[in-house]
Amino acid sequence: MADLSINFAGIRSPNPFWLASAPPTDKEYNVRRALEAGWGGVVWKTLGEDPPVVNVSSRYGATRYNGQRMAGLNNIELITDRPLAVNLAEIKAVKKDYPDRAIIVSIMVPCVEESWKRILPLVEATGADGIELNFGCPHGMSERNMGSAVGQVPEYVEMVTRWCKQYTRMPVIVKLTPNITNILNPARAALRGGADAVSLINTIQSVVGVDLDAMAPMPVVDGRGTHGGYCGPAVKPIALRMLGEIARTPDTSVLPISGIGGISNWRDVAEFLVMGATSLQVCTAAMHYGFRIVEDMIDGLSNWMDEKGFETIADVTGRAVPNFVNWNQLNLKFRTLAAIDQEACIKCGLCHIACEDTSHQAISKTLLNGERHYEVIDEECVGCNLCAHVCPVDDCITMVPQPVEGVQTWNEHPNNPMRKIPAKAG
Amino acid sequence: MDQTPNIAANRLPPDMLARNFSDAHPPLTAGQATIESDRCYFCYDAPCIEACPTGIDIPGFIKKISTGNIPGSARTILESNIFGGACARVCPTEILCEGKCVRNTQEDRPIQIGALQRHATDWQMRTGKQPFSRAPLTGKRIAVVGAGPAGLACAHRLAMQGHDVVVFDARARAGGLNEYGIAAYKLADEFAQKEVAFVLSIGGITIETGMLLGRDMTLTSLRADYDAVFLGIGHAGVRALGIAGEYFPGVHNAVEFIEELRTSPTKSDVAVGRRVVVIGGGNTAIDAAVQAKRLGAEEVTLVYRRAAENMSATTVEQEWAQTNDVTIRYWSAPVRIDGTEHGVASVTFARGLAKDGRAVYDQGNYTLEADMVLKAVGQLFLPDPLAEDDIVIEAGRIRVDAEGRTSMKGVYAGGDCTAGEDLTVAAVRDGRNAAEAITAALMKAGN
Repeated sequence: MADLSINFAGIRSPNPFWLASAPPTDKEYNVRRALEAGWGGVVWKTLGEDPPVVNVSSRYGATRYNGQRMAGLNNIELITDRPLAVNLAEIKAVKKDYPDRAIIVSIMVPCVEESWKRILPLVEATGADGIELNFGCPHGMSERNMGSAVGQVPEYVEMVTRWCKQYTRMPVIVKLTPNITNILNPARAALRGGADAVSLINTIQSVVGVDLDAMAPMPVVDGRGTHGGYCGPAVKPIALRMLGEIARTPDTSVLPISGIGGISNWRDVAEFLVMGATSLQVCTAAMHYGFRIVEDMIDGLSNWMDEKGFETIADVTGRAVPNFVNWNQLNLKFRTLAAIDQEACIKCGLCHIACEDTSHQAISKTLLNGERHYEVIDEECVGCNLCAHVCPVDDCITMVPQPVEGVQTWNEHPNNPMRKIPAKAG
Repeated sequence: MDQTPNIAANRLPPDMLARNFSDAHPPLTAGQATIESDRCYFCYDAPCIEACPTGIDIPGFIKKISTGNIPGSARTILESNIFGGACARVCPTEILCEGKCVRNTQEDRPIQIGALQRHATDWQMRTGKQPFSRAPLTGKRIAVVGAGPAGLACAHRLAMQGHDVVVFDARARAGGLNEYGIAAYKLADEFAQKEVAFVLSIGGITIETGMLLGRDMTLTSLRADYDAVFLGIGHAGVRALGIAGEYFPGVHNAVEFIEELRTSPTKSDVAVGRRVVVIGGGNTAIDAAVQAKRLGAEEVTLVYRRAAENMSATTVEQEWAQTNDVTIRYWSAPVRIDGTEHGVASVTFARGLAKDGRAVYDQGNYTLEADMVLKAVGQLFLPDPLAEDDIVIEAGRIRVDAEGRTSMKGVYAGGDCTAGEDLTVAAVRDGRNAAEAITAALMKAGN
């Protein structure tokens, strides 16, 4: 049985599954239910200075796709709207009762040294295991020069991180915003400021949809809408890329990473781990199905690790990072071809029309003994995978790698005017 | 029907009758329709389209349901098949569109195409309007004989194309078999009449009821008075059993029993036996047997000459009969009917089996007691109304080419009076295609 416990920048947790700083971690009541359900830890919903913020009614918008609810979720809720003292007392009570769990507190106060200096000892007094700096919230708070307004300026990230390291002994996790062009800039700034770890991604600025009757972006608040922060399964690909970027870049690779972004099941978890994460934060999936989803995450991950022979999370973290390269390091001699399992084919024709209309005319449509018949034309197939993706039957279309002779990347390719010409021997 | 102690109406209380003859398969809710439409793969060159005699763009209309474009969905259906509402209810989808759904191969559970089609067409009918309008008037007048699905589909398309149409029908109400020949619970709530009104709402169509071809008019006279004629006169005859006792009181044609049910608003005046034997293997036999049971018959036995797979009623229809407590006996040929002048008493059958690919009935006889016998061994096209006319009848039906042209110039035909599957949907196709051919011919003539 795999050991799922982690030590994340000095924060110990019985498993790598934490609830992200968000509505599910706003109150003691919810947090206790989560910890009882088996979550390894929580990042308490962001604390700010009193007086607390005020939240609107009508807070979430969601993307539906072909019947799937909440493929993506968008929110316009701000940080906690409860008094600081109430939150601090609850955090203290929870930590006392769950000493083995990771209780991390998310914080967002103005970019003023005094503000951070004032709040940090109060948080530390709760017995919390660490803090997460909310430099990511892309709506509302950013209009007040907090959240992503800080996260988008590397100098501010570095400055605030440094203040935190100066005024508390707690490990400092810097939560990064994806609303930037290069994730390495704020990651490096956090590193310079002395961050113990980073977590990413925070939500992505979004208009999730438009109410065509109200003629306003959703969610609609009394006839008007605003942009929000997008999360859930739809953002996972964006998160994995940013995570991998930090994990594969030598100077930032030293930062432990808490992965966030659409994690819904153990498979997502495994993917985040092999792309460099050590802990995982979840919100949308819990908001969709409740805290019980952690059960499948725990034993699904454990079973997978047993099957692969991985004993600890450290064995898994970063496994795929060496293979995450720039395009110019891909072997141009590699070729894969689509193959249709005629026994499994249900004759829907989707592979044919996708290839015929939008790709390479590499799947023929004929009648064979009066039955529809689809066949790959190997000479035309470029191995793009589109047919395998549109096929509704699992394992009906497989991509078959062909024997490869040698390696030739773009760097060596004759079509590349900038190619490196190998020095002549002797 | 004459009532005897064993053949009586009012066997069940009115509320139970009302329930038994209400919509047998209620519509999908909006939520169910959305979920079901999302299951459709939107196949390319989809097999379901090919399996539909009217060639409805099925993936197209289902996709529109999934996006909430119900008006577009209804239009897609109705432009191929103006009787999309009736077909959604009565088509044997298990051997047509749903039978070819690719999901059968994948998971043995096709998309509920019929139910989705009903969802969209019901919406259209609730609007009280049809999505089509007439082209500029051509001044052409066309006579349609028979106000069933073939005749009305033809009339609708012709009206759309700008012609004026007069539809003649021998009966009191338009609708043909949809009105008189299908189990009440399949087209509940006066659906057939509502649909006729929907079809006619395009305008330009006049219905003349009580007009029988051969009695009140002849083909020759119609041909002289109109620019073209379409015959959708269906089956006027029923096959006899050809055995002794066929005319005892209590022995009836199933089509007449079904018609009596369809013309009774409450069903409380329709008499049914205690022990009913239905002879036949098609949908008429099933509709008669199940309705007899639902009227309150104690025992209903459907007897068929050959095996389950030889029945023209589909497996779904047979199972529907069985779940309605109808006993089906296969491999039994009727030998004789016994009774007195007061009524039928029993039917004797010979047991058979297949020998060298042929049915042989030498396995002994058995007798079923019965006070009512319903014959459903097939319907016939009767050419008598056309006896005076020079039109070719072939294998018992009016001969037509692929466009519905008969041997007589300017005369077209379709539906059950011509060769092909005896299905509502096939009749609609025939009528629609003949209308296209008529328009092409009239417009080509350039006058």
